[in-house]
Amino acid sequence: MVDKPYNRLSREQIELIDRTSLEILEDPGILCFHEESVSLLEKAGARVKPTREGEHQAWWVSIPSKVVKEALATVPSKITLGARNPENKVILDAEGTRIHFGSGSETNYWLEVEPETFTSKKDGHEREFPLIRRKRGNLDYLCRSAHLSEQLENLDFFIRNVNVQDEDISTDNKDVNVFFASLNNITKPVIGGIADFNQLEQVVKMAEIIVGGREELIKNPVVSFITSVIKSPLQVVGETAEKLVSIARMNLPVVISTSPQGGSTAPIDEMGMVAQVNAEALTGIVINQLANPGAPVIYGAVPVRARMDDLHDMYGVPEFCHYTMACAQMARYYKVPCYSTAGVGDARVPGMQSAVEKMYTYTAVPFAAPDLIHYAFGLLEKTMTFSPDQAVLDNHMIGMSKFLQRESGIKPEEKDRVVKMIGEVMDSPYRMYARYARKMLRKGGIFEGFPFEGDSDDQDQSLLMVNRHLKELEEREPQYLPEEICKKIFEQAPGLVSRLNPYGK
Amino acid sequence: MKEELTDKIVENVLQGRRNQEDEGIEEDYAGEPGVAELVQQALDEGVETNTILLDGLSKGMELVGQKYESGEYFIPDMLTAAEAVEAGMKVMEPYLGGEGESDGKGKIVMATVEKDLHDIGKNLVCIMLKGAGFNVVDLGIDVPAARIVEAVEEEGAGLVGLSALLNTTMTNMEDVVKELEQKGMRDKVKVIIGGAPTSEDFAQEIGADAYGKDAFAAIKVAEQLLQAGGK
Ligand code: B12
Repeated sequence: MVDKPYNRLSREQIELIDRTSLEILEDPGILCFHEESVSLLEKAGARVKPTREGEHQAWWVSIPSKVVKEALATVPSKITLGARNPENKVILDAEGTRIHFGSGSETNYWLEVEPETFTSKKDGHEREFPLIRRKRGNLDYLCRSAHLSEQLENLDFFIRNVNVQDEDISTDNKDVNVFFASLNNITKPVIGGIADFNQLEQVVKMAEIIVGGREELIKNPVVSFITSVIKSPLQVVGETAEKLVSIARMNLPVVISTSPQGGSTAPIDEMGMVAQVNAEALTGIVINQLANPGAPVIYGAVPVRARMDDLHDMYGVPEFCHYTMACAQMARYYKVPCYSTAGVGDARVPGMQSAVEKMYTYTAVPFAAPDLIHYAFGLLEKTMTFSPDQAVLDNHMIGMSKFLQRESGIKPEEKDRVVKMIGEVMDSPYRMYARYARKMLRKGGIFEGFPFEGDSDDQDQSLLMVNRHLKELEEREPQYLPEEICKKIFEQAPGLVSRLNPYGK
Repeated sequence: MKEELTDKIVENVLQGRRNQEDEGIEEDYAGEPGVAELVQQALDEGVETNTILLDGLSKGMELVGQKYESGEYFIPDMLTAAEAVEAGMKVMEPYLGGEGESDGKGKIVMATVEKDLHDIGKNLVCIMLKGAGFNVVDLGIDVPAARIVEAVEEEGAGLVGLSALLNTTMTNMEDVVKELEQKGMRDKVKVIIGGAPTSEDFAQEIGADAYGKDAFAAIKVAEQLLQAGGK
């Protein structure tokens, strides 16, 4: 819960962005590659002009502001993300100030920390160092990361974070395996993208088996989806729009995620970026609502800045925070739940750089109070690498961020207590407040401090200590799905690989 | 009956309740007797002071120490419990017979040396020593060497604990050692020093008997020095 969201943009600035985005949607409009979306938009009052883009049929669509406003009027401002364990449900409220942190990004690499002992050539002393090995992501790592995510108390929702590159996994069976690996290892809300439209039905079926039917699933959506329906600038991707429309019709929550890069696929200046990314998010929301008015939809904006030396994404920079915080304010203005980002490290390995970059966005972004903050665990090298050790460290930094956002303790009803306490202490032999600190401590009112502090004078031992803690967490008993449910799922989803079945082949 | 009372004392030491007005860390202690009242009740019922000390106060403090070591408790817990023990000791004082006995584990004069105003660390050490069963005479801050030695003499203390937080005042510790020598008391009194700028080496340099890096070390070295033949 964010006590008082920080409003970087004034009401006038928000309305200015709103007007600018609406003007963009009208002219130049969007370039849409999805026929059904085009006809939905046209029926609602958009002007459409067919065109060709290389091999593909496309349409220039000019969306009048009236169409956008009508669509926004039907969006629910409260959405529940279900979970296997009902206590882990996440309730999104566009007008509330509760924040939730989750994982994300399909990283190609997994970093394994392997401590090794070395002897110094200078002083002859032995020292332990955490060496880092880079491995290709696979299903096994995905299961491990879902299991770890279950253990991290500051992780509120799970988005698969390791790309599976096993030999027996192809586009034809990837989605079912990825969703099963996630759902079988975590009892928190699972959100994810769909690679292959044909597997959407199977994934939904799997979720239905877990909760006991379609109706139950709508009440307790243990899976929600992410669709990157926009290719910046302002283009609607055909295949993804198809998924978006289908998910809307199933009444399942879906994130419209658009991730322009300031400097290449979007303007780098704050106003240009925010106006465009806002227009893009609105486009997805409009299509979703036209397909099924009232369907649960989430405003997702992941605006990043280009790195000037190689045009890669950059997350740990001030502009990223400006863009992202502005988007959270826009979503709140529209009363649509918001999906935001913090904690991506541009660094390649866990260390000083990653800590600087991560702590920076963990601190800034939550001040804008978005509902969901994804990409928050273990991501390094932009979003290409996942480090479970870093995720453990991130869990702590996120704890600091959550604590920072707590409600202030300064309240009228506390006055008498404070005066009495100070009087008592002034009257006591050593004039110490330890007794009162103890009470706070026991009530959970005192932050724990850095748990991975080493005691060496000549090396930073934090990563070694994190790694020890990670190993303990990994030892914990997994919370697999019950045997009958697994059995049913394996019968109905033929693409599942048998090694994922915890109850044998 | 007797055991019930000493168990209650242990429980209230853990809760850090000096008397019935104190709240515990758990709810529902309001108005219940605290350590002071319980000790009084035990004395009224004829429980021996030694039993109250060993099975009640010290046992409670030992448990607190264990919980600290296992990471469940922190410094505020230790201090609060030590304060509760101190409140119990106060009630016991008039009942303790001969001189030696009333000093618990031993008597120690504590002071922050001349020109130094820092006392948080010294107070922590005092409270913990009291909680561990020492009779602590605290002279406060900015205390000249002559006054410290005078107090040691008056109190008949076998230990003196000196604190300094400034590298400009730590040299005043040496004056205390010298003053003890001049008065011919050096062999009867053990000197313990502490405070951030001091060290084991510095203790040796000025002819002190021991150095303690924190309040736990203070208890340990004080106990060791006594066993090694102090008072
Ligand atoms: C709090 C504080 C103050 C407070 C003191 C409040 C108070 N009630 O004590 C105030 C603001 C008054 C203060 C004033 C000054 N301070 Co000051 N102060 C500190 C500070 C930040 C913390 C000390 C502290 O309480 N630590 C916490 C306690 C729990 O730890 P501790 O004292 O070390 O005690 C533990 C152990 O050392 C040991 N121990 C202590 N005593 C004993 C005794 C025995 C017998 C044993 C066995 C063990 C033992 O056990 C304790 C418990 O674990 C230190 C910095 C530091 N990190 O030490 C500077 C520091 C000590 N102060 C410093 C200075 C310079 C000053 C001033 C000169 C500043 C000024 N220009 O005015 C004045 C001097 C005043 C004076 N004449 O003494 C310097 C000293 C540098 C030096 N020359 O050595 C320090 C190191 C800060 C710095 N880095 O510059 N200070």
